[in-house]
Amino acid sequence: MSLGRYVLTRVLVTVPVLLGVTALTFSFLHVLPGDPIDVIVGFRTVSPATEASIRAEYHLDEPLWKQYLLWLRDAIALEFGRSPISGRSVTATIGRRLPATLALGGAAWLLALAIGVPAGIVAAVERGEPADELTRLGALAGIATPNFWLGLILLLVFSVRLGWFRVIPPDAPLASLAMAKFMILPTITLGTASAALVTRLLRSSMRRELDAPYVRTARAKGLRERTVILKHVLRNSLLPVVTVAGLQLAFLVDGAVVVEQIFSWPGMGRLLVRSILQRDYPVIQAAVLVIGVSIVLANLLVDIVYALLDPRIRY
Amino acid sequence: MSDRHPTTERGRIRIVGFDEPESDDRDGDSRDSSPSTGEASAETEPDSPTAAAATERSAEGPDGRRLEDAARRFRRNRTAMLGVTIIAVMAVLAIFARPIEVSTAEYTITLQPVALAPHDPHEPFVGAANAPPSWDHPFGTDWAGRDQFARVLVGGRYTLSIGLVAVLLALCVGIPLGAVAGYFGGRIDELVMRIVDVLYAFPFLVLAIAIVPILDPLPIPGRGFWEVVLALTVTGWIGYARLLRGEILSVREREYVTAATALGVPDRTIIRRHVVPNAIAPVVVQATLNVGTVVLAAAALGFLGLGLEPGSAEWGAMLSRGRDSLLQGHWHVTVFPGLAIFLFVLAINLVGDGINDALEPRRDASDDRRRMR
Repeated sequence: MSLGRYVLTRVLVTVPVLLGVTALTFSFLHVLPGDPIDVIVGFRTVSPATEASIRAEYHLDEPLWKQYLLWLRDAIALEFGRSPISGRSVTATIGRRLPATLALGGAAWLLALAIGVPAGIVAAVERGEPADELTRLGALAGIATPNFWLGLILLLVFSVRLGWFRVIPPDAPLASLAMAKFMILPTITLGTASAALVTRLLRSSMRRELDAPYVRTARAKGLRERTVILKHVLRNSLLPVVTVAGLQLAFLVDGAVVVEQIFSWPGMGRLLVRSILQRDYPVIQAAVLVIGVSIVLANLLVDIVYALLDPRIRY
Repeated sequence: MSDRHPTTERGRIRIVGFDEPESDDRDGDSRDSSPSTGEASAETEPDSPTAAAATERSAEGPDGRRLEDAARRFRRNRTAMLGVTIIAVMAVLAIFARPIEVSTAEYTITLQPVALAPHDPHEPFVGAANAPPSWDHPFGTDWAGRDQFARVLVGGRYTLSIGLVAVLLALCVGIPLGAVAGYFGGRIDELVMRIVDVLYAFPFLVLAIAIVPILDPLPIPGRGFWEVVLALTVTGWIGYARLLRGEILSVREREYVTAATALGVPDRTIIRRHVVPNAIAPVVVQATLNVGTVVLAAAALGFLGLGLEPGSAEWGAMLSRGRDSLLQGHWHVTVFPGLAIFLFVLAINLVGDGINDALEPRRDASDDRRRMR
């Protein structure tokens, strides 16, 4: 199958998944116990006029399938209405929060690669040696450490005791030096588990590649071990690490929900937790939708990149 | 590949039962590589005269031997046994931390009278608030002057039971769905896998958080045990269904399945006795590792104030006030519950890796972790 056909099929398969994601997010408001209108206003008593305006805004008088289509139309236009709690536009709130989470997640992902790739190489090459055992233990510890606990400990040691960092984010734009300095601790907290995951994945995929005949050939023709590992084996072993980018994204979002809470980071995770605690349904819906759609699209992108890199993948 | 199975012969039905002892082949198979857990049965099956005998053999004969071998390998694995020890010690401490009593209207029946911890974990002001560790309170006290030592020990009850129950329930949903989808294929497969795809678009914790208001629409912090378990089950079954389905896709092509079909064994029996037992190993490994994931998620929910109620002695919930205490400099409030979670999840991972090495020596657990998602 040609690359074009593969990409097309892959995109077409994504459409029903996206519809499912939107339908599930939409139905959220309707599976809650109680009338949707009560849910939206938070079970308070409201005047009939307010109730009518909310009914009109959420199209609550239409049949359910039409409500879904209207909601979908609004969602595609990024129009999520106003939060009944804060009265602010939901779209604007998310637009303000999203960059902060993207910056934190991106930094954590880079950190995970910077630690995980070298550690994975060492573990695979030194199979069974102390260095392998050490990285294995390190990776195990990284997976087993609860990120909220790690965050609290880092906060205690470096912010409270040593006073190197602020406890809450500085009042500065996202792309500023003060902000970058503050981001160090949240990045470490968020990136640790991902780094452990990358290490383990790279180790297992490299160990498989090291047994391949081409490695023996490369060694037999007298290439330096360094060249064999870095140029041949590593390149082929990185692909499985790329494939998990979708998983990593989901993993990072999960982590961000917790880490943002600890460091008062003004991102999507904190927004989600706050809106759940306040039962701010339009915000919950919009935030969950943004997260779900990004992960579906990220998986699509990864599959396409994978097919570009490895011609064997097309089927 | 072991030398005794040249590639050209793999997957062929060899009639071995007539002139050589069959146990010969089985022994080799338990150590044999990769996905071919079913090969032993493929080879022994044709020599059995009736369908009933074939069923018995493939489901129990080699399996029993294989499990024994795996158990022996597991017992020899020192790190895995360390994990088992840690979990056992934590379980014993949790059970014997405080007496367990069942009260009905009139009677109180004491099931377990031992009390390792001297104080009641829920009784406030048994000591000064936020007191650092001392002889009387080895882990110090929390903001309400409750004994942290008792709370950490008793907290193990929540954590261990949530992890176990949520994973078992998720398996009860995921295994049947994955088995049916993988074995029958077609429309059912499409339907189940699309549901799985849709649910996979939402991160584990985000989904669990979003389920919270459905179970509990009014903003009162704190939920019961079963609400947390339910939220973690709804998000947990997806992985098992997908993993088992993938395994079954290759298992169902094997000769012993065709043979059983040809002999008129009903689908239900084939799935239960031939397909699932031969495809379950990676799911078992993953389920073990997932006890750790579930415990972390439950603790994270507790930490966010979306899990068990903040006053309960659950490890995550104990940390929910940790940030405030910490900023006031009370390190012990945070350190001990966190250490308990860390130790438990670490032990679970050691055990999971050990089971993986025992069941499928050549396979890496992280491969499945990847395929799970």
